[in-house]
Amino acid sequence: MHVLILLIEILILFAIIMLHVAYATYFERKIIGHMQVRMGPMRVGWHGLLQPIADGIKSFFKEDIVPEQADVVTFRAAPIICLTAMLTSLAVLPFAKGWVLADINIGLLFIFAMSSLASYGVILAGWASNSKYTFLGGLRSMAQVISYEVAMGLSLVGVMMLSGTLNLTKIVEAQGGSFAGMYVFPQIIAFFVFFISMLAETNRVPFDLPEAETELVSGYCTEYSGMRYAIFFMAEYIGMMVMSSIGTICFLGGWNGPFEVAVFPPFWFVVKVYLFMFVFIWIRATLPRYRYDQLMSIGWKVLIPLALGNIVLTGFIKAFTG
Amino acid sequence: MTRPISKTVNVPVADGDGERYTLKMGPQHPATHGVLRVDLELDGETIIKCSPQVGYLHRGFDKIAENRTYAQSLILTDRLDYIAAMANNVGYCVAVEKLLGISVPLRAKYIRTIVCEMSRIASHLLWLATHALDIGAMTVFLYCFREREVMLDLFEELCGARLTFSYPRIGGVRQDVTRSFIDVLQQFVAEFPVHIGEYETLIDTNRIWLKRTVGIGVLSAAEALELGLTGACLRGSGVDYDIRKHRPYDAYDLVDFEVPLSNDGDIYARYRCRMEELHQSARIIQQCIDQLPPGPIISEDAPDLVMPLQGQRKVEAGSSTYGTGLIRLLEEHGQYPVGDIYVSTEVPKGELGFYFISDGSGRPYRMHVRSPSFIHIGALPALAEGSMIADLIANIGTLDVVLGECDR
Repeated sequence: MHVLILLIEILILFAIIMLHVAYATYFERKIIGHMQVRMGPMRVGWHGLLQPIADGIKSFFKEDIVPEQADVVTFRAAPIICLTAMLTSLAVLPFAKGWVLADINIGLLFIFAMSSLASYGVILAGWASNSKYTFLGGLRSMAQVISYEVAMGLSLVGVMMLSGTLNLTKIVEAQGGSFAGMYVFPQIIAFFVFFISMLAETNRVPFDLPEAETELVSGYCTEYSGMRYAIFFMAEYIGMMVMSSIGTICFLGGWNGPFEVAVFPPFWFVVKVYLFMFVFIWIRATLPRYRYDQLMSIGWKVLIPLALGNIVLTGFIKAFTG
Repeated sequence: MTRPISKTVNVPVADGDGERYTLKMGPQHPATHGVLRVDLELDGETIIKCSPQVGYLHRGFDKIAENRTYAQSLILTDRLDYIAAMANNVGYCVAVEKLLGISVPLRAKYIRTIVCEMSRIASHLLWLATHALDIGAMTVFLYCFREREVMLDLFEELCGARLTFSYPRIGGVRQDVTRSFIDVLQQFVAEFPVHIGEYETLIDTNRIWLKRTVGIGVLSAAEALELGLTGACLRGSGVDYDIRKHRPYDAYDLVDFEVPLSNDGDIYARYRCRMEELHQSARIIQQCIDQLPPGPIISEDAPDLVMPLQGQRKVEAGSSTYGTGLIRLLEEHGQYPVGDIYVSTEVPKGELGFYFISDGSGRPYRMHVRSPSFIHIGALPALAEGSMIADLIANIGTLDVVLGECDR
C-alpha cells in the first residue's frame, strides 16, 4: 500500500514538473520577447498560451534521425540518461514541510551525484553523434561541468557547516522562519559562487558554451532531432528548476515566507524558484558569451579560491561564535 | 577614445603534440554570415590553420556586365552588398558618371549622400546586430533591427523597394524625395544617438564583451595596409583613410564630418569606430537635410532607362530588335569615350571600386569590381590563426563581410 501511494505521488510530481517545464519555456520566451521589444509567442491560443503544448506535439511527431556513423545505442540512451538523472534529483527536494518524496539524510550529496550524471548524458551525446561540432560540445561540457561542480560543491560546504546537515529539510529548518535567518546573509560569498556555478552547471548564458549556437551550431545536440532533442531541452529546464530549488533551499530559506499560505504550503518555495528562473532568463537576455578558456580561468582562479576562502571564514566564525 | 583596460589574452599555438583534426565550418553554419566556408585545422579548440573558401554565391557579375549597357548594369550592383545596396548603386553611378563625363545636379548629389549615409546606418546596424549575436549578446540584435526597420521603411517610401533599390541613376536619382520622407528621416536622425546609447549600455563596458573583444584579432596599421583592408577595419588600426574625406564624391565635400580613428587595431577598436561612424552618419544626414537645395534631380544628358525627362525623349517599347527601344536609343545617341578608369567610393564595408575598360561601344569591354568583402576575407587567416574557435567567430563578425559582394 505504501508503495502504491508513493507511486501515485511520483506520478503527480512528474506531471506537475512536466507542466512547469513546458510553461517555463513559455515564460522564458515571453520574458525575453518583451525584453527585446517584441511579443514572444502570440499565435497558438490566447497570447500564445498553448504554444508549449503545440511544441510538445510537434517534436513528438517529428522524425527521430540517427546519423549513419553514430554509436546507435549510446546515441539513443544519452538524452534519457540526462532526463532521468534530472528527474531523479527531484525526489529529495522538499517543496514544503513534509512535501518531499524521499527525506534522506544525504539529500544535497544526492543532488550533486545526479547533476553529474546528467552531464554524463551530455558528454555521451557529444561523443556518440560522431560529429565534430557535437564532439567539441561534449568536450566543453565535460571540462565545464568538472570545474564548476567543484566550485559549487565547495560553495555549499559553508551551508553544510552552518546547518550541520546534508538533509535538505533540515537545512531549511535550520534557517528558521525569519527573514534574517536566511543563509544568503552569512554566506553571501558562497551564494555568489553558487549562483555563477549554477549558471555554468545548467549550460546557461553566459556559460552556454556546450551548445554555443554561433560557434558549434548547436553543440552536443546538433545531431538530435524530434523528441530526443526535446528531451535534452526538458532536461535543461528541469536542471534549471533543480538548481533554483537548491538555491532556494540553501540560501533563501525554502518554503518559509513572510506569512503562511495555508491552502498551498509550497507557495513561497515556488515564488522563490521562479525568481531564480527569472534571473536566469534576464541574464540570458543581457549578457554575451564567455570564451572557453576564460570560462575555465574564472572557475579555477576565481570561484574555487573564493569558495575555499569562504569555508575557512565560516569555520572561524563558527568556532568563535559557538 | 577612452576605454577600460583589460588584460590581453594570448593563446599559445600548441607545439603539435596533440592530435590535429580539420573542421569545415560552413557554408551552412549560423555564424559564417551567408555562405562562407572556413576550413580549419584544429588542435583542441586552437586554430592552427585557417583558410576561407569563397565562391558559393558566384554569379559572374563582372562578366554579365560586359553584355549590358552601363545603365542596365546598375541593377547588378544591388546584388553585391545587399545589406547596403544603395551605397553600391551610388558607387556604380559615380564611376560611370566619371567615365561618361556627366555632371550631376546639386540636389541629386545631396539626395544621394543622404541615401548613402542611410544605407551606412542600415549596414552598420546589421553588422552590430550579427556581431553581437555571434558573441552571444542576443538583445542587441533585436534592438538594432528595430532601427534598421525604420531605415528600410524609409527606403520603401522613397523607391518602393526594401532591399534591392536601384534608386540612384547615372546622372542623378530616379525620384525626388517627398516631404514626409524628410520629416520621418529628420525625426529619426534626431533620436538616433539615443538609440546608439541603448546599444552601448548593453555591451560597451560589459566585462564579457571586453574580454571577448579587447586584444583579440589585433592588426597593426602596417599589417592592415598590407592586407588591403579598407573602411572601419583599416581605421580601427589607426590609418586615416576615408574616400568620403580624401577623394570626395557627391556632396561629401559640402558637409562637415569626422573620420573616427582608433590605434588599437583590435575587435573592440573596430567596434568603437563603427559606432562613431553611426553618429557621424546621422550628422551628415542632418546637414544634407538642412542644405538640400531645390532643382532638378537628374542630369539632362543622363543615359537613363526609365526616367526620360518629360517631353524630351519619347521611346516606345518594342520598337527595336533589342527588345526595348531604350537600349537602341542609348547606343545610337551615346557618345562613349575610349579608355579605362577606376573610381572608388566609401561603402559601409570599405572601399568599393569599379574599374571599367571602355571601347566606345556603350557597353564595358571589361568591368571589375573591387569589393571590400573579398579582400577582407583574405585577412581572416592573419586574424584567426593561433586563436580559438570562439575568436574566429568574433573575427568574422568584425571584418563585416557580405558574401554576395565577396563572390559577386
